[in-house]
This record gives sequence, structure tokens and C-alpha cells, in this order.
Amino acid sequence: MNGKKSKVVEYNKWGYIFLIPFIVVYLVFSFIPLVTTIYNSFFENYRAGLTQIGPNFIGLENYKILLSNPDLWKYLKNTMIMWVLGFVPQIFFSLLLSAWFTDPSLRLKAQGFFKTVIYLPNLIMASAFSMLFFTLFSNSGPVNSILVSLGILKEPFKFMTNVWSVRGLVAFMNFIMWFGNTTILLMAGMMGIDPNLFEAASVDGATATQIFWKITLPLLRPILIYVMITSLIGGLQMFDVPQILTNGNGDPNRCAMTLIMYLNRHLFSKNFGIGGALSVILFVITGLLSLLVFRLQYAGTDSKPRRRAHD
Amino acid sequence: MKKRMLSILLSSVLAASVLAGCGGGSGSQQAAEPAKEEEAAEEEAAEEPAADAEGGEGKVFNIYCWNEEFKSRLTDHYPGYQEVDATHGKIGDVDVVWNITPNQDNAYQNNLDQKLLAQADAPADEKIDLFLVEADYAIKYVDTDYTLPIADLGITDADLSKQFQYTKDTVTDSNGVLKGVSWQGCPGVLIYNREAAKEIFGTDDQAAIQEKVKDWDTFIATAKEVAAAGYKMTAGPDDYYRVFDFNKEGRSVQDGKIVIDPSIEKWIEVSKELYDAKAIGSASLWDEDWNKGFYPEGKVFCYFGPAWLIDFSMKAEDEKSIAAQGGWAATAGPQGFAWGGTWITAAAGTDNPSLIKDIILKLTTDDEIMKDIVVKDNDFVNNKPVMEAMAQDQSYSNKVLGGQNPLGMFCEGAENIAELKITAYDQTFTEQIQAAMKNYFEGNATLDEAKEAFFKAVVEKHPELSY
Repeated sequence: MNGKKSKVVEYNKWGYIFLIPFIVVYLVFSFIPLVTTIYNSFFENYRAGLTQIGPNFIGLENYKILLSNPDLWKYLKNTMIMWVLGFVPQIFFSLLLSAWFTDPSLRLKAQGFFKTVIYLPNLIMASAFSMLFFTLFSNSGPVNSILVSLGILKEPFKFMTNVWSVRGLVAFMNFIMWFGNTTILLMAGMMGIDPNLFEAASVDGATATQIFWKITLPLLRPILIYVMITSLIGGLQMFDVPQILTNGNGDPNRCAMTLIMYLNRHLFSKNFGIGGALSVILFVITGLLSLLVFRLQYAGTDSKPRRRAHD
Repeated sequence: MKKRMLSILLSSVLAASVLAGCGGGSGSQQAAEPAKEEEAAEEEAAEEPAADAEGGEGKVFNIYCWNEEFKSRLTDHYPGYQEVDATHGKIGDVDVVWNITPNQDNAYQNNLDQKLLAQADAPADEKIDLFLVEADYAIKYVDTDYTLPIADLGITDADLSKQFQYTKDTVTDSNGVLKGVSWQGCPGVLIYNREAAKEIFGTDDQAAIQEKVKDWDTFIATAKEVAAAGYKMTAGPDDYYRVFDFNKEGRSVQDGKIVIDPSIEKWIEVSKELYDAKAIGSASLWDEDWNKGFYPEGKVFCYFGPAWLIDFSMKAEDEKSIAAQGGWAATAGPQGFAWGGTWITAAAGTDNPSLIKDIILKLTTDDEIMKDIVVKDNDFVNNKPVMEAMAQDQSYSNKVLGGQNPLGMFCEGAENIAELKITAYDQTFTEQIQAAMKNYFEGNATLDEAKEAFFKAVVEKHPELSY
């Protein structure tokens, strides 16, 4: 009895020891910055040239400044628009591709090759990718000269001064960069579904479309939620692509200015007060939206097991 | 087993490289130690040390700047400078370390601020010794204790007597102390494309073209003529921004308030008209489209700029460019102006004052070296007698300008520069107004919206300002 007990304690000890690296890394790189960000948001603290102003405690003044500024909501809207524009095609193509890749009846050849190719854009640095697009779509860039020489356009189209072409380019780049990643995730989800279900369905005479909508999608829900929430968080933190594409201005008329780009502009003067407050607001928004997505997605499934319990 | 061996190998390589990284640093430091004293003695013998009783001069000379211009001046014209690699050089025993951060979006200033604020606590070999400042923000550094008075280096007013007065006024702090020295003067001219001039006006003669651009109304009329011939008058509205900026009535920030000067309003007005008439391009300064005008197929009629623009930006090194074929010519343009300029400043806390003194004296006061700079780089140097002599010199001609000698024009321009109306905020002001007004020119915003956006953008960067 005694021996057994001591063994349990020893195992526990190892469990804690193995947890230490994570806890330490989390504390140093996530938790402490989180707390100091919130702490900083209550101070006036910036640099005017080479002179440091503050830190002076000013309570909620930074939040007041930010929340009373209608621009903040405009930037949130921009961010969401560009995220949705990129996410919709992303999820569509990822679902399609992963359904094809995991369908044994299609017997696709050279799958490894294609999986690698669709994942490749994700390996390029976002800033390099953005720079490339900036050059491609500049007023006298290759895209314009091709369109003009083919006679499709009479004169070069100014991609960078039109609201929707800029937003569209940002969304397109995010789509290209991330659909491979999403495809891999969804494939993992689909391969985790019991093949017996597919067989049973086809034996019962279900078509491929029916199988997809009635079996694959519902069973994929947990992975879909995961993909959606991670993509949402990533989308809210969208920065490098629009920053490089618009030279940090978010032009035309700041219609491509995202929340993090706005944050970045405050960090220019080391304005940790406003920057901190903006980060906290972003944190709250992200939390709320994630919760919303989570609720919406589970709303359907929640009721089913309950009903079964009542039966 | 094989896998295990491999992992052991890999981890030992990793560990070794980490150790080597540390070891390398301390090793070279040790090696440098004994040489330090020797060199210090030598230098003291060679030239008087400016700072009193400084046990010897540093082994590492840190230079902070934003492009290759000063580096090439030092490489080509400073006696005894040897290039080691792209970011390192050697002057005697001293290792020169170049810290180059691009200027755009104030990146250079941010980096410099960070380093200067930490200067007091930095080890001697990591302290900034010399850094360069541009007119747009010179005052921000000059008016602090982070820069050393030039007199403290042992440089006298007599040494600098040949320099243009405005180059000294610009970097004199609020107590009247001179804090920087420049090797160049930056009077600007209008630089036009000879081929285009012949095609449109039938002549590339300077007097005839000057007649076409003598004031802004004529400039606008000419621009429309140029546009009708399939050219753009300038690559974009930013090109002649500096002319209006220079001719401002007052400074762009007064008592903490951002002011849009009437002259800047005039720039907006002229640009809107030209933009709507499609008489100018839509390039922003330094961007891809802006650079295309340096080639014949870019179809740009003219640029505005001082000597450094001709030398440094016009792609003369590329044989396909207009500059390489000598296809440009210079004329005074609608209004005189000056643009930019680079000043050498000594950072407080430097351990190489005598080296800084020597660099300043050689590059900014030595007649022979300055003449060489003009001949080799076509820069306009900050030395009145040399420039006046060379303006008369028939043997000097500027290849980019097709054999024209523009120095007389520059001399006249430099004489007329009374003062630069600068503030510490000019770079932000310039970058942001150009970006904001682009929305107005493009028709994406009204003038008031664009101004509002401009003010906001400046205040974001400088929360201490208001509008």
C-alpha cells in the first residue's frame, strides 16, 4: 500500500517537471507581456523626438481617446472585410481540394506533389509576397503592361488607388498564402472520419455530393471551428501584407488600414499608452468574436445529444 | 542506431556553433586589446587629440547613416580608407563599422534614437562615433546634447570659412553653437530631358527651355503642351514639392501646431490642376514608377533636384538610362530652391574625436579632395572658392548633363539660400502630406478630408503636436 502511494507521487512529480518548459516560456513570452500591456494602457507614455514623456498615470484616458475616434471602427471594418474576402474562397477551395485528396475512389496521382505545391505559398515571407504584388500591380508594372498590350485596358489601371482593388489584392494574397494550410488541416479532419460511414452511405446509394454534405461536413465540424477561429484571430491581426502593399498608409483613404497597422503607427513614437489600450481593445474584440463563432457553430450540435438523452 | 548517431552529431554541431559564436567575439576583442595602445600612441603623435587626456582612441568607429552616399565619399576620397566588405572598412588600425538603416518612414531616426538614448551605457566599442543627419530632421539632433559642438573637436571657424553660410545656420543649435558640417551644398535646379525637349519644342537650348518654365503659370501651360506630345511633365506631384516647401513663408510646425503654409497650398493647387489634366505622372518619390522616368521609355520631361540627385539617383551607372547617354540638361526652373543635404555630426561619447575631426577637415575643407568629389561624383561641394573656380573651368563638364557645366547655376542658387525653414518634424510632414494629398489628386477624397487625414497621420507619429 505504502509503496504504491509513493510511486503515484513520483509520477506526478515528473508530470510537473515536464510542464515546466511550457509554463516558463508561456510566462515569459505571453503572460508577462499580456499583463504589462494592460498595465501600460493606463499611462501616458511616449517619446517626443529624443525626450521621453511620462509615464504618467491617466486612468482610462487612452481608451476614451481611442473609443471616441470613429476611425477605430473603420479600421475594424476594413480588417473584417479583407478577412472575409480572403476567407470565403479559402474555405471553399480548401474543402474542395481536401475532399478530392481524401476521396479514395478518385485515385488521384502525384498527390504528394500537389499537396506540396498548394502549401508552398505559405513558405514565402508575407512581406516578400506583398512586395512582389506591389511591383506586379504598380501603375507601370507587368500586369498593367500586359493588359494594355492585349488591348483589354486603354490605359494602365491604378490598382493602388482604388479601394476595392487594394482590398481585393490583400484578400487574394491572404487566400493564396493560407488555403494550402487549411487544406492540410481539413484533410487531417476528413481522414479521421470512419471510412465505414462513407462505405455504408455509398452502399445505401448516396451520391458523392450527398456524402459530402450529409457525412463529411457534419463530422468535420470540430476541425472547421478550429480553422475558422484560428483564421479569424489571424485575420484580426492582419498586418504585413497590407502594410507593405500600401506603404504603411493603408491608402486609398485608409480603406486598407487594419487595426494592427493602426497600432503600428502609434508605436512609431513609442506611444506605449495608446498602443497598449489599442491592444487590449483588440484582445477583447478577438475574444468576443471567437466566442460568437464558437457558439454559432456549436448551436446546432448542442441540441442533438440533449434530445437523444431525453428520448 | 544510425538515427541516434545523427541526432548526437546534430546537437553537438549546434552546441559547437553556439560556443563558437561566443568565442569568436571575445577572441577578436582580446586580439584588439594590445593593438589599441600602440595605435593610440601613434595617433596622438600624428595629430593633436581634440578631447583632453582621453587615454587613447577607440578601435571601433561606428558610423550611422541611411544610404551608401557617404560611404562612397569616404571610400573614394578619404586617404587611408580601405574597404573590407559591404559594412566594414579600415582606417589605419581602426575598424570602421557602417550601420545603414533606410530613411523612409523615419526608420533611420528611430534606430538612431534608440542607440543615442542608450549611448551613455553602451560599451566604448558600440557607442556611435559619427552619424549623419538630413536637413529634414537635423534640428532634432543638433539641438540636444547628443551631438558634440564642432569647436570641441578642435575645428575652428577659420577652417570652415569657405563654406556656404546656410549650411552652417541649418545645424546651429538654439544657443548658437555649430553642431555639424556638410561637404555638400544643395541648391536645386530643374533637370530636363534633352530628347523630349527637341521633340516637343524643337530645341534643347537652356535659355529657350528656361523661358518655358520661368514661373508656375508658364510651367502649367508647358506641362499641358508636354502632355499633348505624349510625355509627362514630371513623374509625379512630389517632384516639385521641394520647390514649394523651400519657399514657405513660415515653418511647418509653430508653437506645437501643424501649419499648412500658403506655399504648400499652392503646391496642392498646381498639382491638382496638372493631375486632372494628366500632365504629370502619379509616381511617388523614390518608387518604381518614379525611377522609370530615368529611362527613355519612361517618357518624363523633367525632374527637380540638387546635384546629389543627378549623381546619386539618376541611374547613370546603367547604360540604358538617359543619364548614361548624357541626355539631361539643367536650368533654373520656376523658383529657386534647396533640397536636403547631409551633415556630419559627432556623437557625444565618441572615443574617436580626432578621427572625426580629420574626416570633417578632409571631406569638407580640403580643396583638392573637394575638387575630386566634384570631378568624380558631380556633387556640388560646400566650398565657395572651389565651386566658383570650377564654374568657370571649361575643362569640367557633367556627363549626365551632356557636357553642360551646371556649377555656375548651382553657385548662384547656393548664394541665394538664406535659410532653410526647417523643424524637427519636416520628414514626417513631407511624407505624410504627399501621401495624404495623393488621395485628393486621385479623387478619392476631398481637399478637406485629405487635410484631415494628413493632420491625423502626423499626430499619430508625434502625439505632442496639435492642429
